[in-house]
Amino acid sequence: MSVRAVATRAYREAVGALSASTVGSLLAGIVLSGLEAEFRLLPGLLVLVPALLATRGNVYGSLGARIATALHQGLLSPSLLTRDKRLESAVAAALASGLLTSAFAAIAAFVFLALLSEPAALLSLLAVAVLTGLLSGITLAGTVVLVVFAGYRRGHNPDTLVGPIVTTTGDIFGVFFLYLSAKVVLAL
Amino acid sequence: MTTDWTVRAIMRATLPVLFPLTLIEIGSGLVLNGFEATLLQYPTLLVLVPVVIGTAGNLGSILASRLSTALHLGTLSFGVDDLLVGNAVATVALALTVFPGVGAGAWTLTTLLGTAQLPLVTVVLVAVLSGGALAVIAVVVTVVSTYAAYRFQADPDDVVIPVVTNVCDVLGVLVLFAVVQLVV
Repeated sequence: MSVRAVATRAYREAVGALSASTVGSLLAGIVLSGLEAEFRLLPGLLVLVPALLATRGNVYGSLGARIATALHQGLLSPSLLTRDKRLESAVAAALASGLLTSAFAAIAAFVFLALLSEPAALLSLLAVAVLTGLLSGITLAGTVVLVVFAGYRRGHNPDTLVGPIVTTTGDIFGVFFLYLSAKVVLAL
Repeated sequence: MTTDWTVRAIMRATLPVLFPLTLIEIGSGLVLNGFEATLLQYPTLLVLVPVVIGTAGNLGSILASRLSTALHLGTLSFGVDDLLVGNAVATVALALTVFPGVGAGAWTLTTLLGTAQLPLVTVVLVAVLSGGALAVIAVVVTVVSTYAAYRFQADPDDVVIPVVTNVCDVLGVLVLFAVVQLVV
């Protein structure tokens, strides 16, 4: 194939999914711009934003990939009617990893800011990070399981569903719950 | 080869990857914090943050999965290769398609909310310049890490996407910072 043919094909295959996830990120950006006052009141909060957003993708993307592989291998059946120990462990592990990583991010942000002699409130940052991690974790784990199961039952390849679901819903829910958590922590 | 499905085993497999990645993301947060004053003065720029972070990683991971599939199929060679050049061109073209819309969308939404302070041309220019630069960076980072994975005989499917998305996150913020310094 010529360069032109390769480029045209690669472009056509990606432009739809990329545009959809960009719209999701733009909505997340609007919510983020609504946090302007909280960024002023909680020094260090802005430092956490990339880490909290990336954790969603890293943790729940890997949960989705694990479930997708298990469905392919026949280790999991795509039904929520019977309790499944594997599924429960995978979801519990994702939630626990998400919470630990969020707390680690808050502590790391505090340490780096302290080294740079910048202000940061450790307890508030920790509270916002853990609350965001918990709320968005529960929502994302639920969304990933439901959409992957439903997609698989309708004959879609779960591998291609996971990436777009996690990046789009992860950004929107992540920022929305960050907004909510910051308001709650500041109100306490 | 596959991890046991117990909470402990899964966490033991994922946490050693998650913590270093989180430190990289904190690095990108520190850059954001460095131009906090500008971001808070112009909330439209704050709107661009998740898009710039996310899209760079997305461009890189789309390219990465295409390259690693081609590598597995044996149809890719490094150097001036039609497949490599064609995919690189497509990545830049994708960025130049998406980012003008991002800039116009960010300006429209902040205008509707009454928080816009920057003129439309400035926001579109910031979005397009950062998007174009990021696409080029995403291509370089992806090609280099796919080549490194190939040379070290690691499966690029396992290694390249986490590296590319997280590295592009940090570089995305740096590029946005540089462009804002130039344009605003």
